[in-house]
Parts: sequence; structure tokens; C-alpha cells
Amino acid sequence: MVLAAGEPAPDFSLARAAGGEPFTRTDLLGRTTVLVFYPFAFSPVCTDQLNVYNELLEEFRERGATLYGVSCDAIWSQRAFKEQLGIDIEQLSDFEPKGAVCRAFGVLHERGMPERALVVIGPDAVVKWSYQAPQLAELPGANLIFDAL
Amino acid sequence: MTVYGDYECPFCAAAEVQLHARVVRVVFRHFPIRSSHPRAHAAAHAAEAAAEQGAFWAMHDALFGDQGRLEDPHLWDRARRLGLDVDRFDADRRSQRIADRVRAHFHGGVRAGVVTTPTVFVDGGRYSGRTAVDDAFRAPG
Repeated sequence: MVLAAGEPAPDFSLARAAGGEPFTRTDLLGRTTVLVFYPFAFSPVCTDQLNVYNELLEEFRERGATLYGVSCDAIWSQRAFKEQLGIDIEQLSDFEPKGAVCRAFGVLHERGMPERALVVIGPDAVVKWSYQAPQLAELPGANLIFDAL
Repeated sequence: MTVYGDYECPFCAAAEVQLHARVVRVVFRHFPIRSSHPRAHAAAHAAEAAAEQGAFWAMHDALFGDQGRLEDPHLWDRARRLGLDVDRFDADRRSQRIADRVRAHFHGGVRAGVVTTPTVFVDGGRYSGRTAVDDAFRAPG
């Protein structure tokens, strides 16, 4: 099960699709982070979800929250996916060791990809709210994130 | 039924054809997605600018009827063919008032949990995607 509200974020390291230093627990400190775990780059359902969240980036910013997409895809796939969608949401890759961060957050699907899940983490690196879609095909609306913020 | 749609979304255009074949009162609300549909906002603003001259549904049909032509000259051409005051149409579609109206529709959709288009609400049910209209009519109640 996905980490629940009140649980501290685990130590982790995710490769940034954009390059540069890995994204780690330290990056959570001092601001609100929304991790959007999605099963696969280029799958149509993820596409709708990230497109809609992207449309709302200004509203998320106004609430002090930064969104990241997280999947087990390689950074090159994530980079191509982001470009194809034309979105600004930074992508983080849990490629090697594959799924380790997803497992630490309790969202690794038995078939090796992330569950469709949302984790809002407070500036103290403690989980503020989390949600796991009952089915992979079910898209969590952005309203859930706004309610959590 | 309330339909959330995007003028550049092919499934919305297909849903529109299905709606025309039914007897149903439709409330259309804008849910334009910039990243996948770069002209969706411009088209939504055009429909609302036409509404200012009493021609919302005529513009709505003209937009869904030819999704491949949504650039500015195509929008002006539609306004002209519908007999609108094109200067007024152009000023209105670029106005903050119209942008705010479209944004209010979008936020309303977000609050109601819309994540994809088309999404149809009827009798308390929510139906999404390419089968939304059929699913909505098949639903009990």
C-alpha cells in the first residue's frame, strides 16, 4: 500500500530525465512536493492525466506545490514522452535498480511498473496525503490534489 | 446532460455527432488542453466570442465540423460566414472576460473530477472517453 499521511518519506534517489543531480529526499525539504506515479510513458491514459495536471501548473504553483512525474521508464523515454506531450512537469526515473523507489513508497505494481498513485509530501518530508487508484486505468482528477493541498 | 469538451479533441467531435442523433438537452462546458491541442483555447474563446453575438451553437457546430482548420484566419472566416461582426468577434475572443469564462469552465470540470474529454455528466453519473455518450444513454435512470 502507498505510504499513508503522517509517514516520513523514505530515503530515495531518482534520476532526473532532464539530467543533473539525482532527485533525493533532500529535495523534498522546505517545499510541498507532489509525486505523480504513473505506469508507463506513452500509454494513452497517463497522457490524459499529465496533460490535465500540466494545464493547472500555475494553480499548483500558487499553492506552493511542485509536481513531478515518476515512472520506471528510462530517462530517454521520459524525455521523449514529455516532449511529445508538450508538458512542463519534470520527469523522474525509477529505472535502476528498477522500481526501488516505487517499492519504498509502497506503489510498485506486481507487474513491475508503478501503480497509478499520488503522494503529497510536506516541507518536512512527511507524507501529507496519498492516493492510489483502485485500477490502473482509473485517472485521479486534479481536484484530489487541490483538496489535499 | 453536461458535456465537457475540447474543440480539437477528435473523440469530442465524434461524441458531438452522437449527441446530434439523440433528443437531449446539452450544456457544453469548455475543457481545453493546451499541451495536446494547441488551438483548443483559441477555439473555445472563439465559441464564447460568438456567444456574445448570439451564435454560440452555430460556432460550436462550425468548430467541431472542421477540426483541421482552427487557425486565426479560419476562425475569422467562420465568424464572417455566420454573419457576425468580425471586428467585435476578434476583440471579444482575445478579451480577459472570455478567457476568464473559459477558465471558469475548466476549473469547474477539474472540481468535478474531469480528467479527459469528452466527459459527460447526467443524472449524477460521470462517463468519460470515446464511449462516454453511449455509456451515458445506456446507464439506468
